[in-house]
Amino acid sequence: MDYFIELLFSGLTRGSIYALIALGYTMVYGIIGLINFAHGEIYMIGAFTAFIVATVLSIYGFPLLAIIVIAGVAAAVWSSAYGYTIEKIAYKPLRHAPRLSPLISAIGMSIFLQNYVLLAQTSDFLPFPALIPEFEFMEPVAHIVGSSDLVILITTTIVMLILTYIIKFTRVGKAMRATAQDRTMAMLVGINVNQIISATFIIGSALAAIGGLLIASHIGQINFYIGFIAGIKAFTAAVLGGIGSIPGAVLGSLVLGLTESFATGYVSSDYEDVFAFSLLVLILIFKPSGLLGKAETKKV
Amino acid sequence: MKLALSGKFVSTAACVMMALSVPAMGIAGDTIKFGVAGPHSGDLASYGLPSVNAAKIVAKQVNDAGGINGKMIELLIEDDVCKPEIATNTATKLASEGAEVVLGHICSGATKAALPIYKDKGILVMSPSATNPALTQSGDYPNFFRTIAPDDAQAEVDVNFVLEKLGYTKIAVVHDKGDYGKGFAEFAKKFLEESGKAEVVLFEGVTPGAVDYSAIVLKIRKSGAEAVIFGGYHPEASKIVGQMKKKRLKTTFISDDGVKDMTFIKVAGKNAEGAYASGPQDNASNPLSKVAIEAHKATFNSDHGAFYENAYSAMLAMVNAIKMAGSTDLAALKKVLQTEKVETPVGNIFFNEMGDAVGVGFSVYQVQDGKFVEMK
Repeated sequence: MDYFIELLFSGLTRGSIYALIALGYTMVYGIIGLINFAHGEIYMIGAFTAFIVATVLSIYGFPLLAIIVIAGVAAAVWSSAYGYTIEKIAYKPLRHAPRLSPLISAIGMSIFLQNYVLLAQTSDFLPFPALIPEFEFMEPVAHIVGSSDLVILITTTIVMLILTYIIKFTRVGKAMRATAQDRTMAMLVGINVNQIISATFIIGSALAAIGGLLIASHIGQINFYIGFIAGIKAFTAAVLGGIGSIPGAVLGSLVLGLTESFATGYVSSDYEDVFAFSLLVLILIFKPSGLLGKAETKKV
Repeated sequence: MKLALSGKFVSTAACVMMALSVPAMGIAGDTIKFGVAGPHSGDLASYGLPSVNAAKIVAKQVNDAGGINGKMIELLIEDDVCKPEIATNTATKLASEGAEVVLGHICSGATKAALPIYKDKGILVMSPSATNPALTQSGDYPNFFRTIAPDDAQAEVDVNFVLEKLGYTKIAVVHDKGDYGKGFAEFAKKFLEESGKAEVVLFEGVTPGAVDYSAIVLKIRKSGAEAVIFGGYHPEASKIVGQMKKKRLKTTFISDDGVKDMTFIKVAGKNAEGAYASGPQDNASNPLSKVAIEAHKATFNSDHGAFYENAYSAMLAMVNAIKMAGSTDLAALKKVLQTEKVETPVGNIFFNEMGDAVGVGFSVYQVQDGKFVEMK
């Protein structure tokens, strides 16, 4: 039974990380119907920004809590700036082009950002400082759920709650939902659609940056390539949950994380990805729009 | 039509070969051409460039001392970027330029692709770094030699260390699903099972680059393993030792020379303490090794990189063989290499019938206070 609980927490932690990245994919898709393949790179840039800020601050001897908060805010702001700029440079000019064009543009942006970080920083793995301390009160259960797992789970939950609040109860959120439903109609009722799209990219990027900070601190290393696999997995999770649906992205991520964890634990880690993607195929066969996705109705 | 085409092709090829071979033969009397092949650019250049430096240093020393039997060494340096499909071009180019012996290639895959071309021309090839066991053990490449121990020898060293020195009986074997890591892990598993002294309680591959390895770490704990032998490279190794520490595992971590790299200690930090990794024997007590390292410092004003001493040794062995054989004929060279011992930075070596150097081995190192310390 202990083993089951250990795997459960391991899967939840993994799923939470996927969720933070998957939200960016799903929000952007919901609003402009684009799969933003550069989103994994935003996560990577967030981790790098946090790394640089945390390293500098620790040289000046800041307390750990201050470092986490400042590094987190800096990563979120910097990644948001990237997300905003990418949208303006690579996607906005192609908004009325055929659907394939922005997709290729997104893949190009992803390759560009990877190589940019490779050249501007390094191709080596860098040791990421352990920003999440080992709490003493966690010591009795540390072998089951560690301090960093706990912090990741709590942070993800808080972030989700804030996001839900923004989307359900604020003017920006209402405008976002309107734009997602019908962009032309939203424009007609006076919503500045361009601003709303930018806001979506900013929020999605900030979430990915927080994910980058948490996971980098959890596993203790980063390099320019970490965004690729994390991005693919998060994208899978978003599709699993129904791309375009925000609760779907969270549910999909948790299902994916738990599947991987239990597949490793009870079968073999050789087949971790096989199980994850078999599950995706099965769900898409029986529910093509994903777990919580709405079937797309063609407007006539 | 097909016949006509192939006929044309053959005649064209023959013309090209004649055109190339004439100048090559013309110069062959004055110098001995050493091909140097390996990745000299791209992301794996750091594995190939030290061999180029070694070749330059040894060639200069030999030439300054009057050459080999009066003939000067001329180096032909060609890049293969570590890619098999490019290595065949590199090999063809070196062969057509008249290389008589070749130092290289560096990566096992590239070496394997290039060897048939050299074999057809009867060119001796000596690699400082290609560790794939099949290169020598398959018997397909009688022209191939190397100054590094193959991967299976390394797995054997690790397994013996676990069984004899540490005395463990329950071992988990984990790998990164890659050619090198999985190959190493399979050898380790085989040696463990053959020894009859220990049980392999877990044999699994992890996905490189995954965001989290806690599930496999939990599984290692559940398996009751006293030690985990890991086949792969340092990025995964440092993640696994980190998560083992987080989950409070006391299991001993033992790995290969893909992990015995300072980056492992740099990235894993305190979590790396106590971990074992095998790597080429420490040659610090060998006077020739000191000479080689100082020559590098004096010439290039920097520290030598990976496989430098192996490449330096390969150059010495080839120079010695040519000198004693009096020619670059493959059969004569092989005879010298297999019978005459030669003093090199990696030890006093000769080569067995398959082409592996006898006297070059691996040691197990432990991370202690941020350094790899050789376990005697």
